[in-house]
Amino acid sequence: MIGLGHYLAVAAILFVIGVLGIFINRKNVIIILMSIELILLAVNINLVAFSSFAHDLVGQVFAMFVLTVAAAEAAIGLAILVVYFRNRGTITVDDINQMKG
Amino acid sequence: MIAALAFYLFAGIVILGAAMTILSRNPVHSVLWLILAFFNAAGLFVLLGAEFLAMILVIVYVGAVAVLFLFVVMMLDVDFARLRAGFARYVPFGVGLAVVLLAELLLVLSGSSFGVSAPASSHAPVIAGLTNTQALGSLIYTRYVFVFQAAGMVLLTAMVGAIVLTHRQRPGIRRQSMADQSRRTPAQATSAVDAARGEGVTL
Repeated sequence: MIGLGHYLAVAAILFVIGVLGIFINRKNVIIILMSIELILLAVNINLVAFSSFAHDLVGQVFAMFVLTVAAAEAAIGLAILVVYFRNRGTITVDDINQMKG
Repeated sequence: MIAALAFYLFAGIVILGAAMTILSRNPVHSVLWLILAFFNAAGLFVLLGAEFLAMILVIVYVGAVAVLFLFVVMMLDVDFARLRAGFARYVPFGVGLAVVLLAELLLVLSGSSFGVSAPASSHAPVIAGLTNTQALGSLIYTRYVFVFQAAGMVLLTAMVGAIVLTHRQRPGIRRQSMADQSRRTPAQATSAVDAARGEGVTL
């Protein structure tokens, strides 16, 4: 029988894949943004799984708001990427050092 | 039995899609694998009884966010081969970190300290005879209405921000000026000239 642990394991694997994606594609901003989407998807699976197994809908409500923030973040991130590419002609992360941070 | 089979199918394809997303050479393929992962995550949500979120995932993520990614990947003329340089250099460190992280997470999970059963005082118990969408609607439009409005404001801010960032005024392009057009009178636009015989007219 499929229990809560199975869903949590899937979410954990997905989360780790997202983190790994940030590490191994550290030059490509687009893949890094996709990895962040994967991490947020893992969070959502956790929230929905707990909501379902605890018979409490609040988790699903919260997952919806996480989804909202993820969509907003993707839109802003891609807009910044487009502006950056227009100005510099590259999207390599290593070159993004204009603010000397 | 069928549910278990469906779970393993969906979970397997989610993980395959996620892995191929970060490993693909071509970012367009990455986006397509991401779409596959999202579709199967929606399947997992259906198995969990969260149909509304599953549909939202398909509509919002596959329909909007993933297509936005695809659009940006195709629009930017980036040399992706150069971006992959050093990929092999980062793999050992990344995989080592991932293994440690995964081991820790699974260690926590196998501790089975999550004694999740229906608690006595649930904030929003699932009511029998109400579909998932109805139950969610009766929550977000009553108790969570302010949070719902705040989510709307977040999306509005994102929309305005994206438009402000990517909108550009190109110099040297003549644009239509409605105000100038409607302010123009016949006196400014036309003139009557006496034409002398045998000569041209200078305007």
